[in-house]
Amino acid sequence: MASAEQIRTEPGLLTGAAVEPAHRRKRRRTNSTSWGIVGWVAGILFFFPVLWMVLTSFKTEAQAYTNTPNVVFSPTLSQYKTVFSSGLWPYVANSAFATIVSTLLVLLLATPCAFALSLRPVKKTRDVLFFFISTKMLPVVAAIIPIYIAARDLHLLDNIFTLVILYTAMNLPIAIWMMRSFFLEVPGELLEAAQMDGAPLRRTMTEVILPVVAPGIAATALICCIFSWNEFFFAVNITATEAATVPVFLVGFISSEGLYFAQLAAAATVATLPVVLAGWVAQRQLVRGLSFGAIK
Amino acid sequence: MAEVTYEGATCIYQGAAKPAVDGLHLAIKDGEFVVMVGPSGCGKTTALRMLAGLEEIDDGSIRIDGNDMVGVSSRDRDIAMVFQNYALYPNKTVGENMGFALKMHGVEKAERARRVRDAAKMLDLEDFLDRKPRNLSGGQRQRVAMGRAIVREPKVFCMDEPLSNLDAQLRVQTRTQIAELQRRLEITTVYVTHDQVEAMTMGDRVAVMRSGQLQQFASPTELYDHPANVFVAGFIGSPAMNRLDGTLSPDGVKVGGATLRPAEALLRAAQGHGQLVAGIRPEHLAIGEGELQMQVDLVEDLGSDSYVYGHLTGDAKANIIVRSGRDHPRRGDDIKIAIDTSHLHLFDAGTGLRIDE
Repeated sequence: MASAEQIRTEPGLLTGAAVEPAHRRKRRRTNSTSWGIVGWVAGILFFFPVLWMVLTSFKTEAQAYTNTPNVVFSPTLSQYKTVFSSGLWPYVANSAFATIVSTLLVLLLATPCAFALSLRPVKKTRDVLFFFISTKMLPVVAAIIPIYIAARDLHLLDNIFTLVILYTAMNLPIAIWMMRSFFLEVPGELLEAAQMDGAPLRRTMTEVILPVVAPGIAATALICCIFSWNEFFFAVNITATEAATVPVFLVGFISSEGLYFAQLAAAATVATLPVVLAGWVAQRQLVRGLSFGAIK
Repeated sequence: MAEVTYEGATCIYQGAAKPAVDGLHLAIKDGEFVVMVGPSGCGKTTALRMLAGLEEIDDGSIRIDGNDMVGVSSRDRDIAMVFQNYALYPNKTVGENMGFALKMHGVEKAERARRVRDAAKMLDLEDFLDRKPRNLSGGQRQRVAMGRAIVREPKVFCMDEPLSNLDAQLRVQTRTQIAELQRRLEITTVYVTHDQVEAMTMGDRVAVMRSGQLQQFASPTELYDHPANVFVAGFIGSPAMNRLDGTLSPDGVKVGGATLRPAEALLRAAQGHGQLVAGIRPEHLAIGEGELQMQVDLVEDLGSDSYVYGHLTGDAKANIIVRSGRDHPRRGDDIKIAIDTSHLHLFDAGTGLRIDE
C-alpha cells in the first residue's frame, strides 16, 4: 500500500497522479484507509491473547478468575516465583540443547544442500526437492509408533539426543527449501566474478555467498528454533523425566497443579521469552536487503 | 599481454537447435582492443564467456599465447572480466573488492594494498576505498569493476557491455576513459557491445556477429567503407546504409525506375549476378537534381545536420535516408535526389555478399 506521502513523492506515481481524476484518487485513499483499519484489527486480534497472557501472569489466581476480567490490578511476581521453584530449569536446558544443536545441524546440512540444489542444479533436482517436501506430507502421528519402537530398541527413549535427531530431520526439508530460495536470489555473476578472481569453492562460499545470504540463514535459523522450541508431540511421547522439554513442563503443570490460570500464564510467558528474544536478535539480519548493491 | 585465437570455436547450449557460436575464427593481436558487436542473440557474449572459461568450448579451440584453453578453468587463464552488472561483492569495501583476486592468488598484503591504491588512483577512486558498493553511484561502481580487473594485471581483459547501465552522457565519457586506459596498459581486450557507436569509437578492430557466425572482422573504417555483406552494411553506421533492390542492365544498375552508373570496374564485377542490392550511405545522397524521386516521410533535425527519411516515389517499401543541411524539405514533399555513384556498394541479392571491383 502506498501512503499519500509516497504517492506525492514517487516520480512514476506523480505523473500518474497528475492525470488521475479526483474521484479515483479519493477512492484509492479510502481503499488505503480501509486496509489500514483491517490491518490494525487483525494485529490487535493476534496480539491480544499474548497481551492477556502476560497481564494474567502478574495477577493473583483470584484476580485471574474474576468473571468480569480485571484490567486494573496491582501486579505480583508470586506466580513467577512458583514457576521457577517448580523445577523449570532442567526443562529449559533440555529445550535449549535440543533447539540449538538441532538448528546448528540443520544449518550445517541444509547450506551445502541448498547451494547444490539452487546454484549447481542437475537433471533430478526437482525430484529431490519434491522428495524433501514429501517427507512433511506424512502426519507425525502416523510415524510415531515406528519412531517409538526404533528409539526403544536403540535404548534412546527419554534421551535428549533422540529429540536432536528428530528435530533435525523435522526441520531439514523446510530449511532446504527456504535456503534454496535465498540462494536462488544470489546473482549468478557474483559466482562467476569469484571464479574469475580465482577463488576456490570454499572461499567463494565463505567470502562471497554466505555474507550475501546471511539474512536468509538468519530467517531459516529462527524458523528452526521456533519449531524445535515449541515442538510438543515427539517430546511428550519419546521423553519422560530426563529429556522432557518446556512444552511438556507446561502440560505437566496443568495436570499436577489443576487449572491455575495465573501460574500457567506465567509459565507460558517464560516459555515464550526465548523465542521472542531469538526473533529480536535475528530481525537485524532479516531486515537487511539480501544482496543490495551487488548488481548495477 | 597476449595473443588470443579462436579456431573454429563452437558453443552449443543444451537443447538448442543450433550453435550459439558457430565455428568462430578470430586472431586477436597482442595488446589489441577488439570489439564484438551484433544484435541480441548473435553469440557475442557467449564468445566472450568461452574465452573467459564461463562457457564450454564444444568444438574447435581458443588459444591464449598459443596455449589451448579447452578444459582449462577460468581460474587458470589469467583473464579479468568486467561484467555487465559489475557483480561487485556487496559485503566487501571497494578496496576489498579490488584486492580480492590478488588475495586469492596469495599476493602479500602490502603489495596488494599498493596495487589497489595505484589502480584506485588511476580510476579516481582513492576517496571511496572504504565504502561499500551500495554507497556508490552507478558510474563509481562501474569504475570499481574496472579497477578490480586492472589490479590483476591480467593477460586479457574481457568486458561484457560494461557501459550499458550508465546514462547516455556518462557512457560517452566512460567510453573514452576505457579506450584510453586500455591503450595505456596495452592489455589485450575483448569488449562486447550491441552499440555500434561504441564498437566504432573504441575498437582497433571490430568483429561483427550474427546468428553465432562472424560476418566481418576489420577496422572500423574498413567496416564502414567496405562492408562484407548486406548485414554489416545495414548494421554499421548510424543511420544505416540505404539498401535498394536493383537489377543489372547493360548500362548500369536499375533502381526504382532510374539507372545508376557505378564505376566501370564494379559494373564489370557485377556481371552475372542478376539481382542486386545497391547500397549507399545517407551522406552520399544529395537533395537536388538527380536520378531518384523520393517522397519525404519524416525529417530529423539534429541542429547542425538533418536526416530526411522517406521512400522512393511509387515504391513504399524502398526506404531511403538522406543527410541534409539545416535547410531541409518538409514531410510530404516530393524531392529529387542525386547519388554519388563513386560510393555505391553492390551486393548479390541472393547471398548478400559484397561485389568487389
